[in-house]
Amino acid sequence: MPGTTAIEAVGLRKSYGDLRVLDGIDLRVPRGTVFSLLGPNGAGKTTTVRVLATLTPPDGGRARVAGHDVVAERARVRRAISLTGQYAAVDDLQTGAENLRMMGRLSGLSRRDARRRATALLERFDLAHAADRPAGTYSGGMRRRLDLAAGLVGEPEVVFLDEPTTGLDPRSRQELWRVVRDLAEGGAAVFLTTQYLEEADRLADRVAVMDGGRVVAEGTAESLKSRVAGHRLDVVATDAAAYERLAAKAGTLTRAHAAPTADPGPRRSPESLTLGVPTDGGAPSVRALLDALDPDGTDVARFAVRTATLDDVFLALTGATTAKEPARA
Amino acid sequence: MPDATLTLVGRGVRLSRRNPDALVTAMVLPVMLMLVFVYFFGGAIDTGTGTSYVTYVVPGVLLLCAGFGASTTAVRVSEDMRAGIVDRFRSLDVGATPILAGHVGASLVRNLLSTGLVVGVAFLIGFRPEAGAAGWAAALGLLFTFVLAVSWLSAAAGLLARTPEAASGFTFFMMFLPYPSSAFVPIGTMPGWLHGFAEHQPVTPVIESLRGLLLDRPVGDAPWVALAWCAGLLALALALSGALFRARTR
Ligand SMILES: Nc1ncnc2c1ncn2[C@@H]1O[C@H](COP(=O)(O)OP(=O)(O)OP(=O)(O)O)[C@@H](O)[C@H]1O
Ligand SMILES: [Mg+2]
Repeated sequence: MPGTTAIEAVGLRKSYGDLRVLDGIDLRVPRGTVFSLLGPNGAGKTTTVRVLATLTPPDGGRARVAGHDVVAERARVRRAISLTGQYAAVDDLQTGAENLRMMGRLSGLSRRDARRRATALLERFDLAHAADRPAGTYSGGMRRRLDLAAGLVGEPEVVFLDEPTTGLDPRSRQELWRVVRDLAEGGAAVFLTTQYLEEADRLADRVAVMDGGRVVAEGTAESLKSRVAGHRLDVVATDAAAYERLAAKAGTLTRAHAAPTADPGPRRSPESLTLGVPTDGGAPSVRALLDALDPDGTDVARFAVRTATLDDVFLALTGATTAKEPARA
Repeated sequence: MPDATLTLVGRGVRLSRRNPDALVTAMVLPVMLMLVFVYFFGGAIDTGTGTSYVTYVVPGVLLLCAGFGASTTAVRVSEDMRAGIVDRFRSLDVGATPILAGHVGASLVRNLLSTGLVVGVAFLIGFRPEAGAAGWAAALGLLFTFVLAVSWLSAAAGLLARTPEAASGFTFFMMFLPYPSSAFVPIGTMPGWLHGFAEHQPVTPVIESLRGLLLDRPVGDAPWVALAWCAGLLALALALSGALFRARTR
């Protein structure tokens, strides 16, 4: 039943010692949708997932998952969810098939059904050829896929995936995206964390951006994207003097060519002679930007157009300069 | 949920089977020690029991196996706690008891094998027990109650240790416990200051019971003292492991 609420959190708080990891998190995820929690390292994504998946009790606030309270009705929540953590949780010494059959049995399937489910999932995640090999012999991406398959054995109502595509190659990543969309179409709620803006964009019905234990922005991917430049033009100067000239021009020029709202301005890294300027990524605007920055064609040694990174989102959304350099999609 | 426990015992047995180094050590080491005791030291030891030394020493070697097999449990539990797998089990509503019982069950299975091997080799080198079926059943029942208790204690140690390496340090302690008892030499031959410990530590009544039962001799209250020890250790292990598991998974 799409529309009804699968996850609802109000004012979740959690501290480890003096460290305030969650500082009042409010979230709502309807059934049949994909929700993505974006944030840099240490933002509190994993902690949020652990609280919602009943593995860690919150210090304050309330949360209901699949209609049950995560503290008072832990067992009921657990029967409705699955969790695939940030780090692979499979037994290296068991084969892929054995790992999945074990998860099936633990989710309450009969021996027969567990076997059948394992075979189907191995097929779906392109692991059938390695079904009878110990997981310890799998490549990183294969392990990750097995781990994800293990999370789907019990056909859960609410699926938590903590950075599911980290370490996957592009093909596996797309395959995972397809699985996630199928799950949502089948009526499940999918809650995933990611460091990749693109992933949230392609996949999620709604996105929340988290930083320092707070949700700093929430909305559809479109609405968030409209608040930052979608791309960035990185230019590498020929030498330090050229870098200074480019930087001076960038400061005045970006307004004209960049995305319209919440423009973060140029990003400066003098050590590497690199300057990042927001743009919409289209050929005409990139050409115009290059011409404007370097009319004589002497100061720019190389350039690259990059998809906006989380860094850019943070600069735009929070004005923070503390966001760490994230991995790029 | 006994289903979950059975599934996880199956897992534990598979993990043991696929760890051939540890398995071979657990099987071969006790047999080697038995041969060393019987052939190198046996001639010099007068047990004063009127039986051959090999017959005297078998119960002690079985307890060495028990300690060794159990201590592997600590390492396995500690490895699980470090990997994400315990979170996954918990998210399936599989709690501490089935997770630990899986490893303890595997330890019982390993001990079944090593006990069979030790007894088999012992027969080849002159082990001649006089027990009937009832005596054997009682001896094995007591032995496995002991294995159960020390395995669960070992699981608690695995929860206590921060790393599998630290947990494996527990091996040493479990292996050592049979030495200051009547396992290999009569307590009377040890220095006086050791008597108190050797006579009252848990391994001694277990050994005395096994020896008495296997030789079909009067055992007095030793089996009851042994069972009381096992029950106490098991209760302690259950309480301790429950508390430690909760503390480790906050
Ligand atoms: N068990 C714990 N004890 C102490 N501190 C913790 C614990 N778990 C998390 N933290 C701290 O809480 C903060 C948030 O951690 P969390 O794992 O939720 O971040 P994250 O957003 O998932 O980061 P990443 O992208 O690196 O996975 C970090 O500073 C982390 O060190
Ligand atoms: Mg994380």
